[in-house]
Amino acid sequence: MSDSNFAFALVVGASSGIGEALARRLAADGARVALVARREDELRRIMEEINDAAGEERAIAVAHDVRAADEAPDLVQEIARRLGGLDLVIYAAGAMPAVAVDEYDTTKDREMLEVNLVGAVAWLNPVAERMARLGRGTIVGIGSVAGDRGRAPNPVYCTSKAAFHAYLEALRNRVAKLGVKVVTIKPGFVDTAMTRGKEGLFWVISADRAAEIILKKARRGVVTAYVPARWRMVMTVVRAIPSFIFTKLGF
Amino acid sequence: MRMRDRLEWVEGWGMAVGGAGYVFRPADAGGVAEAIETARGKGLAIALRGAGCSYGDAAFRPESVVLDLSNLNRVLAWDPETGIVDVEPGVSLAALWRLTIGDGWWPPVVTGTMEPTVGGMLSMNVHGKNNWPRGTFGEHCIEFDLTTAAGESRTISQKNDADLFHDVIGSFGQFGIITRARLQMKKVHSGQVEVKAVSAPDLGAMLSLTDDAKDKWEYVVGWIDTFARGRNLGRGLLHFARHLEEGEDPDPAASLDAEAQDLPANLFGVMPKGLMWRFLKPMTNRPGMRFVNFGKYLAGSTVGDEKVYRQPLAGFSFLLDYVPNWKNIYLPGGLIQHQSFVPAASAEQVFRDQLEICHEHGMPSFLAVLKRHRPDPFLMSYAVDGYSLALDFPVIRGRRAKLWSMVRALAEPVVAAGGRFYPAKDAALPGDLYRSTFREGQLGRFAGIKAKLDPDRVLRSGLADRLIYEE
Repeated sequence: MSDSNFAFALVVGASSGIGEALARRLAADGARVALVARREDELRRIMEEINDAAGEERAIAVAHDVRAADEAPDLVQEIARRLGGLDLVIYAAGAMPAVAVDEYDTTKDREMLEVNLVGAVAWLNPVAERMARLGRGTIVGIGSVAGDRGRAPNPVYCTSKAAFHAYLEALRNRVAKLGVKVVTIKPGFVDTAMTRGKEGLFWVISADRAAEIILKKARRGVVTAYVPARWRMVMTVVRAIPSFIFTKLGF
Repeated sequence: MRMRDRLEWVEGWGMAVGGAGYVFRPADAGGVAEAIETARGKGLAIALRGAGCSYGDAAFRPESVVLDLSNLNRVLAWDPETGIVDVEPGVSLAALWRLTIGDGWWPPVVTGTMEPTVGGMLSMNVHGKNNWPRGTFGEHCIEFDLTTAAGESRTISQKNDADLFHDVIGSFGQFGIITRARLQMKKVHSGQVEVKAVSAPDLGAMLSLTDDAKDKWEYVVGWIDTFARGRNLGRGLLHFARHLEEGEDPDPAASLDAEAQDLPANLFGVMPKGLMWRFLKPMTNRPGMRFVNFGKYLAGSTVGDEKVYRQPLAGFSFLLDYVPNWKNIYLPGGLIQHQSFVPAASAEQVFRDQLEICHEHGMPSFLAVLKRHRPDPFLMSYAVDGYSLALDFPVIRGRRAKLWSMVRALAEPVVAAGGRFYPAKDAALPGDLYRSTFREGQLGRFAGIKAKLDPDRVLRSGLADRLIYEE
C-alpha cells in the first residue's frame, strides 16, 4: 500500500506531454491510474510500459475524444469502478495549433475551445459532483500562464485557458467546503510536443519535472501553482502591465 | 432514485479504510429484492452492512452496492416465558437488551458496544468477554432466514441443516442475506453484575490469572499496559464479573429496569460525555498514551486492586459506549485493530513477541485487550483453545505502509503457532496469512458453498476480496 495520498487517479490527456508524465509518476508511486486520451495506440503503449515496470496492472487505458463531451459522465463512473475508487482527477488535455497573427479561423478556434475548455467542463462536472457527494478528492486542472493575459499570437488559446482558470476557481468555491480540493496549475514552458520547435521559449523544463512539481502541489492541495514557481513572479509583473503598454509590446 | 444519487462514502468503524458505495437502505423485503435486482442489472457486487461496526472493510466494497440493512429493524416476536426472540437483521444489540431485560433476559453474548446489529453479529459471529463459557453469538441463534443472491429464501436451523447453519454464521455475509433470526436470550436475576478487579505484574501473570478465572466467572477481560517493557512487559489489569444469583439482588425489578441501565450522561459527574473525546485527543500520541497507560496501571494496581463491586450490566458490558465517538481521537487517520487468537501453550511467547515487535517498529499499540477463548463449530471459526490479544493502532499519515507491514510481522508468529484472526476487527491482514490458518478442506468447503449459493459472486466485501477471493 502506498503512503501517497492518491491511490486511484484519472488523467485526461495522458498520451503525451505533462499528462503522460503525471500518469507515469502516479503509477510509479503506487497509484492505480486510468489513462484517457484520443490516440489509442499511444495509450496502449504507455499503459503497457507502466504495467511492465510495475510488474502488475497499475494502468488502464480508455480511448476517448474529449470533444465527445456526452460520454464523460458514464466514463467517470466506469473508470471509478474499474480502478476501485477515484481520489485524483487531472485534466491535462490541451490543444495549441499554430495560429498566424493575421489568422481568424473559427474552426480551429472552436476545436481549441472544445478540447481545452468544453472537454474540461464535461469531465470535471461529474467528477466534482461525485467528489462533493463523497466529501473528498482532488481535482487538478492544467491551465497555462497564457491564461493570465490575452496575447496577440493566440487569442483563443489564451481565452480557453483563462476561462478554464475561472471555471476551476468557481468549482473550488463550490466544493472546497465539502472537502474537495481544486488545484489550478499554470505551467510555463514545458518541453512537450505542443511546444517543441516553437521560438522564443525560455526556462523550459521537462514534462517529468513539471509532473513532479504538479503532484507535490496537488498533494498539498494548493489553490494555484505556477510551474515552476518563478513564473509567479514573472506573471505578476506581466499582469500588472497596463493595456496601453501591453498592446505596444506585441506579446 | 438515480444510482449516482446513492453514492456515499462508506467506511469501516476504525475510519482507516473506506470507499464509495451505492447505498441502499431497504425497510422491507421488497427493498432488498430491488437492491439485488439493481446490482445484478448493473453488474455490481453487493456488500452487506448493518451498523458498520466492523473495524475494517467487512461492511463495504468500493464502487459496489452497499446493502445497509439497519432499517430492517422490527422485532417480530418476543416470548418472555422462554426468552426466545425473532428479529429482523437490523435490530441493534441496544434494542435487543432494552426489549428483554425488563423480563429478566439478557443477550447471552454481547460486544463491547451496543451498536452492532443482529445481522452483523451473526455474519461476523462476534464474541464477548464470556467466550469461554458461552462461545460466540452464533451459538445462541436457533434459526434464521437466508435470502441468497439469486433472491431465493430458506429457513436454516441447527436442526434442519446443522452444516449449512454453521457454514453461514461467521462467513461474513458471503452466502446470503439473513432477513430474520431467532435467538435465545439468557435468564438473569438482576440487572447488576458483581465485578472483581485485579492487577497482574507481567504477561505470565495476566495469562495465568485469566485461565484461573475462566471457569469461576462468567466474564473475564484483561487490559495490558502496552508501554511497559522488560520485566513489566505485559502487565495489566483484569476484570472478572458474574451475574447475581436469584436472591442476591434485594430489588431485581429496579435493576432490571432498562432506564436504570442507561449509561451516565456525564463523566466524572460533570463532563458531558459527548465532549470527552475532544479532551482525550491531545493525549492521543505516544507520550500521552504512555502516561495514560502508566496512570491506569498505577491506579488499578494500588487503590483498585482486588476491589469487588456491583455494576449495571450495560455499564460493565458496553465500555466502548461510555465515551461517544471516542474513536475520533484517532482522526484524521483513524485506527486499525489486530486481534489474534493463539493456542494456550504458545500464547505467552507469541504475545511477548508481538508487544516487542510493536516497540521495534516504533508503533506501540495504544490499547490492548486480552481474552480467553475456546473452539466453536463454525466453518470460518477464528477461535482456538487459548487467548486473544487485541491491539489498537492509530493510523498516522506517512506511516500507513509501515503499519500495514507491521501487521504482517505481528501475524506471522500467530500463524506459526497455529493461531487465527478475527475478521470483524481486521483491516490490514494479508490474505495469504489469513488463508494459511485454516485446516485443509475448510476453504474448499467455503468455495463450494459460495459456488452453489452465489455462483456469480454477487455478494462480496472488501474483506472477503482481500482475505479469500484475491488469491
